[in-house]
Amino acid sequence: MANIYLQDITKKYENITVIKNLNLEIKDSSFTVLVGPSGCGKSTTLRMIAGLEKVNNGEIFIDGEEITHVNPGKRGVAMVFQNYALYPTMTVKENIEFGLKNNKISKEERESVIQEICDIVGLTEYLDRKPSNLSGGQRQRVALARAMVKRPKVFLMDEPLSNLDAKLRNQMRTELIQLHKKLGTTFVYVTHDQVEAMSMGDAIVVMDKGVIQHMANPVDLYNDPANIFTAQFIGAPPMNIIPGKKFFEESTYLGFRPEKVKLDSTSADNCLAMKGKILTREILGSETIYSIRTEVGDIKVKTIDSVFPEDIEIQLHIDYKHIYLFDVAGNRQRNLEKVKL
Amino acid sequence: MSFWDRVKPYVMVSPSITVFLLFFIYPIMYLFFLSFTSWNLISLTKTFVGIENYVELLKSPQFHLVIKNTVLYTFLMVSISIGLALPTALWLNKRGFLHKFTQGVIFTPHIISLVSISLVWMWIMDPDYGLLNWVMGFVGIPPSKWLANPKTALISLVVVGVWKTLGYNTLVLIAGLQSIPKDIYEAAELDNASKWRNFYKITLPMLSPSLFFLLVISTIASFKVFDTINIMTQGGPIDTTNMIVFFIYQNAFDFFKIGYASAAGVLLVIFLGLMTFIHFKLLANRVHYR
Repeated sequence: MANIYLQDITKKYENITVIKNLNLEIKDSSFTVLVGPSGCGKSTTLRMIAGLEKVNNGEIFIDGEEITHVNPGKRGVAMVFQNYALYPTMTVKENIEFGLKNNKISKEERESVIQEICDIVGLTEYLDRKPSNLSGGQRQRVALARAMVKRPKVFLMDEPLSNLDAKLRNQMRTELIQLHKKLGTTFVYVTHDQVEAMSMGDAIVVMDKGVIQHMANPVDLYNDPANIFTAQFIGAPPMNIIPGKKFFEESTYLGFRPEKVKLDSTSADNCLAMKGKILTREILGSETIYSIRTEVGDIKVKTIDSVFPEDIEIQLHIDYKHIYLFDVAGNRQRNLEKVKL
Repeated sequence: MSFWDRVKPYVMVSPSITVFLLFFIYPIMYLFFLSFTSWNLISLTKTFVGIENYVELLKSPQFHLVIKNTVLYTFLMVSISIGLALPTALWLNKRGFLHKFTQGVIFTPHIISLVSISLVWMWIMDPDYGLLNWVMGFVGIPPSKWLANPKTALISLVVVGVWKTLGYNTLVLIAGLQSIPKDIYEAAELDNASKWRNFYKITLPMLSPSLFFLLVISTIASFKVFDTINIMTQGGPIDTTNMIVFFIYQNAFDFFKIGYASAAGVLLVIFLGLMTFIHFKLLANRVHYR
């Protein structure tokens, strides 16, 4: 159990700065998810915590201890890789045991720890197999077991579910959440999938171009995004962003979520109203997503109400309390919202 | 299916089958046949002598020496050429101009004809004005007749052989090293593995298919060594470098004992088959294929 603190971290590859002056505190026992588009620096950040990437500037602390230049094997961290990185020439047992042997753990202790962990992840009957004879899900479990036996202070996971099929991914997602509850260890999890981030993390760090855009719990991240990037990255379909000047003099952009738009309702107070024409609709069963052309641009609307035909003119209402205002740089204008909305 | 459809595949493969039968199967069969005859390459009659050639061969002290030389040469060649290639490959498996350059340099002998290589080395090992004795002179080692001395002749051939094959073996091992996924080493780093354990538990097993491939082909190639002997020593001095293929060549085309030479050829085929079989039996389950 440990908290992690990254202080003024800078990382360069040759002459390209991928991360500049990053400051991040990961709380003890938290399930922190680093999320962002590819190339945003999330994996690099994780690998710097693991010690697999050298830091050009700044310091990293785990459990209050400065470990910036400590070898990966001595940091008390364990990592699960995207493609598992199992040792192909070793059996499942040897894979799990490798780290313990390197740390000179006695045979009896090794046996009991392996037994215990394999019972948890359900690998007991596969101990003598080679990784090539296992399914994707089983390999994933071996990778998890290999990390768990070391009893690390921190679990690092680099897109561990992205090689699994959709059904297995959902199942493993639930299992990882349960595992985190059971172990109570700090988890740092990297993904590019915002659904995965929202469903698993209790703290989510949204990153773009090597900069932390917003760090918050899932509810706040969704309801109270700090900027346009976060607002559009979290939620599907993304938040509608339209030019704001027409409605509010001081705001460059105005945003609202597709699911907060009311279609064809009678006019009400405290609402932003506009007219539009339905271009396309995607019927997903429980809900329908419309693409609507308005005078301020095309917007998406998600609704669980009645189904409307395409190509009709329709009235849209958005309650003021669901509207977000952004300045020219894309940052939220929370104070302005309080006054205007 | 029409008649043509059924016949088409056979017609398509017939050219290569013909070549294969004509130049591989037929000569081997003919070799077996000749090994039971007495023939001097010129006369019209081939006298059937049964297993006499084999009996004579197995009784011959010269043949015993030839086999001993071949086995010793093969053992030295295989162990030294692979044993040197492994550290070389580990060293060269990095980026950088020096590494790429060295890789190119040590590979060059592989593309040069063995005849040229033999001539170059004959000059290097020349007792009177060779480079080797000149260099040795600086260190205070007295000049030696490398190829004419029974004690050093065989090892001199091994040196030439290793010099020729090292680059190729290294290249094969570098290719093997580069196909090992990087993240396995990262996982090992997080598992706190020492450099030695990294090498012994990860690199070596992952490299086993390449090593096994080199072992089998170097054994076969060393068994068949001929060019260097023919040019540099002619099997001498006093048969210390006479090896099986040169022995066959000498008996067939210098002494015109075709039947006798063919019998030795058959024994070579059997020997190589046996060696390869043993390699696979003993080692195949220790080789890890992905």
